[in-house]
Amino acid sequence: MAEPILEIKGLNKSFGPVHVLHDVDFSVYPGEVSALVGDNGAGKSTLVKCIAGINSIDSGQIRWEGKPVTLNDPRAAAALGIEFVYQDLALADNLDITQNMFLGREIRKFGFLADGQMERKAREALASLSVRTVSSVRQLVANLSGGQRQTVAIAKAVLWDSRVVFLDEPTAALGVAQTRQVLDLVRRLAGQGLGVVLISHNMNDVMEVADRVAALYLGRIAAEVFTKDSSTTQIVELITSGRSGDIGLTPATANQSI
Amino acid sequence: MTAQTTGEGSRPGADFGSSGSFTLDIERRTIAQAISSYWTRIRSGEPGALPSVLGLIVLALIFSQVSSRFLGRNNIGNLPGQGAYIAVIALGLVFVLLLGEIDLSAGTTGGICAGFAAQAINSHHLHNGLSTLLYWALVGAMAGAIALGLWLKTYTGCGVVAIGLIIIFTGLDSHVIFALLFAVSVGAAVGIFTGYLVGKIGIPSFIVTLALFLAWQGVLLFVLNSQPIGVNNYPFWYGLAHNNMSPTWSWVFTIVVAGGYLLYTTLKSIRAQAQGLAADTLQLVLVRGGVIALVALVITYFANQNRNPNPNFKIEGLPWAATVPITLMILCTIALTKTPWGRHLFATGGSAEAARRAGIDVVHIRVTAFTICSSFAAIGGVFLASNTGGVQLDLGAGNILLFAVAAAVIGGTSLFGGRGRPRDAIIGALVIVIIPNGIGLRPSLPAQYQNVITGAVLLVAAAVDALSRRRGRAGR
Repeated sequence: MAEPILEIKGLNKSFGPVHVLHDVDFSVYPGEVSALVGDNGAGKSTLVKCIAGINSIDSGQIRWEGKPVTLNDPRAAAALGIEFVYQDLALADNLDITQNMFLGREIRKFGFLADGQMERKAREALASLSVRTVSSVRQLVANLSGGQRQTVAIAKAVLWDSRVVFLDEPTAALGVAQTRQVLDLVRRLAGQGLGVVLISHNMNDVMEVADRVAALYLGRIAAEVFTKDSSTTQIVELITSGRSGDIGLTPATANQSI
Repeated sequence: MTAQTTGEGSRPGADFGSSGSFTLDIERRTIAQAISSYWTRIRSGEPGALPSVLGLIVLALIFSQVSSRFLGRNNIGNLPGQGAYIAVIALGLVFVLLLGEIDLSAGTTGGICAGFAAQAINSHHLHNGLSTLLYWALVGAMAGAIALGLWLKTYTGCGVVAIGLIIIFTGLDSHVIFALLFAVSVGAAVGIFTGYLVGKIGIPSFIVTLALFLAWQGVLLFVLNSQPIGVNNYPFWYGLAHNNMSPTWSWVFTIVVAGGYLLYTTLKSIRAQAQGLAADTLQLVLVRGGVIALVALVITYFANQNRNPNPNFKIEGLPWAATVPITLMILCTIALTKTPWGRHLFATGGSAEAARRAGIDVVHIRVTAFTICSSFAAIGGVFLASNTGGVQLDLGAGNILLFAVAAAVIGGTSLFGGRGRPRDAIIGALVIVIIPNGIGLRPSLPAQYQNVITGAVLLVAAAVDALSRRRGRAGR
């Protein structure tokens, strides 16, 4: 099996007296889609924020390509090649697609914006993801549909030679056809060798695009399973009760968490 | 050819990733298509300059019926001098409005800046004109602004304030030009301070600038020692709102500006098309640039003829009060659309959260915007003093700030941030200034109409903005 590109070992995080993450182990493999699932409050967002460097960690180790790293600054994660696409997308409505994709990292020529070069690169990035739903990279983001906005946000994340992309609920606000497009896009990202982490509530999406699923239950990883070996029912059980059949947390641990 | 590409690109099964995917970017539109797409854009909530230009034409038509003198050369030539201060203050406000903030103190900031300059010239050195306490308070505040600006990484603003300190320490401030430079640097210092309170401390800009609006009115009385100071005796200052460029230089100005615009847009269109980038069609660019150049040439031609009804001396050439704001507008446009800083300002105004996550220093952007706004307010205050003949005790107070905000909004700048252009300020200021001008030409028409009409125009402009916005949202 391939070596994980990003590996989290024994991560603990408390907010005051509340122990949010207990000894969490989680790995991201290049060319694979790993789903991170769990009920509200299970600790998904906290885990992502710890990796993003927004939250500090109490104990545990984060390894990047086998080497331990400290991520205590959002820029540290970006420097390694970890990008995050948050649920609210963080796009500026009054700018066009190109301007959004290069926001904060504009290409400059003599101190001025090199708009032509950015436009070409934006088009190349979208083309490399086989995006066919965007007819102009000079459209204002305000005029895009939800699926197109999601596409732009994802393309923005992969524009920078990123190695791992975290997608937080990418299909939550989308219709059927647009969900289809985004899921195809997620598969293509993995096809290009990126490690993709899909954070989702939607079991259909997870079963369809993910290679492996890590279920968080009240701050503990209940189990990490391969989608091809498991069923939706099993994963739903892992999310709701922390165990399913003989996999998952022991009943004692599961009850203790509450 | 274009129609065919569009058809293929949108059909499923066309080859992935080919440039055929971005049909709208690379198809070359004819002029008819360009006009129809412009119309679509107007209908979908981006009316651009159209409503304000139309409003300007309608008002001009009405006032030409009110008085035959309205369209006379002499009257048109007076407009820039009467409106330059609104245009310049509005230009500065555009930066702040783009962030979704407001600066209510811009008018009175201009007042104190012009007041310091006038006091410095009048008493041959600021030290002689101000009380010791106020003088050292000013020096301390400017030094403090430099320190604050360095901390907030507003280096250019710090530089401008530092120049002001050098001017008063070397005693250059008794010269008109240096005194006016000093006024701008006081404006920059005020801006850094305002930006710090809004951007770093996080007090709503409405409250901060409302407080400053009130406070500066009192400070102006201290600066002037409660005695108004006339500026008509200082030719440079007086000339800002009253004098003209020589006809030769007027032609040079027009040809450089209009020709430069035409040349730049044409070259940009040709280059972009050669590289397969999104671009306006060449015909469209030529027509647009041609119309602007034609209007500019016609205006310059008429401006260069003697417009003084008094045969004893000539008045001819473009007024400085027109060329200075236009030059500032061009500089602002370049800063906003061609520099990373301008892009970051738009992004911060559109979504501060998106900008923050993209690694943009939002506080820095806010502080610089307020610094620019107050610096422009200082220039506006100087123009206002020039127009009214002196620094009165209430210079910059009253409706002046509100007129400047109205100018920006009538031009098409949004109060919610993220949308606006420097040219909005200029067109809007023209609209604002022709109303009192037109009414003043017929003595039988009471001046009371002036504010009523200005209010109505502002309301119409805001309604156009809101309606086009709603249409834009509904169309999504």
